[in-house]
Amino acid sequence: MAEREQIKKPAPQREESEVEDAPATSGQGEELKAELDELLDEIDEVLESNAEDFVKSYIQKGGQ
Amino acid sequence: MAVPKICGIETEYGIAHTGTEDANPIAASSLLINSYLAEVERTGEGGPAAGVNWDFEDEMPGNDIRGIAPLGSLAPEIETHLVNAVLTNGARYYVDHAHPELSTPECSNALDVTRFDKAGELILVRSMEAAAQVLPHGQELVVYKNNSDGKGNSYGCHENYLMARTTPFFQIVVHATSHLVTRQIFTGSGKVGSEAPGLTTAEVPFQITQRADFFEEEVGLETTLKRPIINTRDEPHADARHYRRLHVITGDANMSEVATFLKVGTTAIVLAMVEDNVLPREFRFRTPVQAMRQVSYDVSLTKPLELADGTAATALEIQWDLLDQARKYADSHGLDAVGGPVGEMVIDRWEQVLAALEADPMSLADQLDWVAKYRLIQGMSQRHGMGPDDSRLAALDLQYHDLRPERSVAARVGLESLISADDARSAISDPPTDTRAYFRGQCLKRWAPSIVAANWDSIVFDVGDEPLRRVPMMEPTRGTVDHVGQLLDDCDTAGELLTRLREPGSR
Repeated sequence: MAEREQIKKPAPQREESEVEDAPATSGQGEELKAELDELLDEIDEVLESNAEDFVKSYIQKGGQ
Repeated sequence: MAVPKICGIETEYGIAHTGTEDANPIAASSLLINSYLAEVERTGEGGPAAGVNWDFEDEMPGNDIRGIAPLGSLAPEIETHLVNAVLTNGARYYVDHAHPELSTPECSNALDVTRFDKAGELILVRSMEAAAQVLPHGQELVVYKNNSDGKGNSYGCHENYLMARTTPFFQIVVHATSHLVTRQIFTGSGKVGSEAPGLTTAEVPFQITQRADFFEEEVGLETTLKRPIINTRDEPHADARHYRRLHVITGDANMSEVATFLKVGTTAIVLAMVEDNVLPREFRFRTPVQAMRQVSYDVSLTKPLELADGTAATALEIQWDLLDQARKYADSHGLDAVGGPVGEMVIDRWEQVLAALEADPMSLADQLDWVAKYRLIQGMSQRHGMGPDDSRLAALDLQYHDLRPERSVAARVGLESLISADDARSAISDPPTDTRAYFRGQCLKRWAPSIVAANWDSIVFDVGDEPLRRVPMMEPTRGTVDHVGQLLDDCDTAGELLTRLREPGSR
């Protein structure tokens, strides 16, 4: 699309970060997954026990 | 040159009174704030000046920048009878529309706004703790830093920016709209489902912002109904001959400091560029209100927005263009108007975040709220096999914003911090040093018993032997430590200060 080409993007730092952001190796992927699992365990513990009631009872007056 | 982008944030918090059948949000908000004020007075530790009330003398929220107040478009009445305190850090802490609200003091840069926004959270946490001391056993006030209850009721997190009166308002409308619509990709706090009429959670399981569902107009004076992308409230809280204050109502309340920093920092730069007339290209959306929602609903960040000239661009492309212009602007004009080195920090972070959004948005789970929340929502639904309508996902969404440290989800996701704990703590009681908030905060710290009221642009003193005396502060960049620090140190009493201020050329 011509339109998209017109928009000049700043170059230097972007290219570096694109290199960094190459697809994660499976090792990294597993590490990330384990990290998320651990986080979800922790969050499961602090979540309000009756989600349905909690969500239903959270009613606010409209403000600005 | 652009005028200094003095800026601040006002956050309306959600509040729940648990453990009782007859909860009233106005009473709960009042109790919350009064408990804090009493606690601070008891411990003598920072915070409010005892008995100093907000002064409504110069409030005119119904004034419209366009010089008209269209019928049926008047701003709501201010509830002057409700608790309304001025804190020694220069902030205002009050009840507004059945919500506790905290306005940061005026700041000179985005990093300071982030610091005072963080201090605001700490003040709300202390308020909850103080209220727990006076409530019956089993009852609790719980504060949420979010913008909607998931049932169609929204409350705001507004930003304010000082602007030159000479800048044509239509120029602000054009460029601010393109930024406010597209900055959502990093300012959003994320939301499960949609509250726009006619849309189901199946159609919008997750969106980038809390607020986009609630905007119905392009330009207008409203803040509570038919909310406009550009708000025209003309209440500069400063010398109206030179200034206006752009009141931005589209933003989400952020738990992430990086998101708050970028939200305010990029907007201040865009507005400075508008003032200095350096933006060569206008991105006019064919339908701005729809564009706002489209950006919020597109977690892939790839769908082009239709422009009025028949072409199209994605939110990311428009943000890249604005960033490119900001780099050029930094070279040609410098960034003094947006805090100098802080402006540089904003630009660097802006670029890093846009690059990551383009390559792999999920890599920003430690920086942006919507990404952090989206990752949790996805992980949770996969783990337990939940459908998009599962109330546990909505509960997780709400609890992301719970300010109680023992319950907060946001506090557990590893968000990057820009503000040290010490800096946030000192901002609970100490004002910024480089805006007029310094004068306000220091006067309250030193001479609260001699002050009857204060607001953004004046302080009213009562020193006993003469009529009440109003000290105007119409210039937001004056009253800094450089400007009045010595004067304040030289005065032992408020009476002495008033005498010194009367001397010719004293301010």
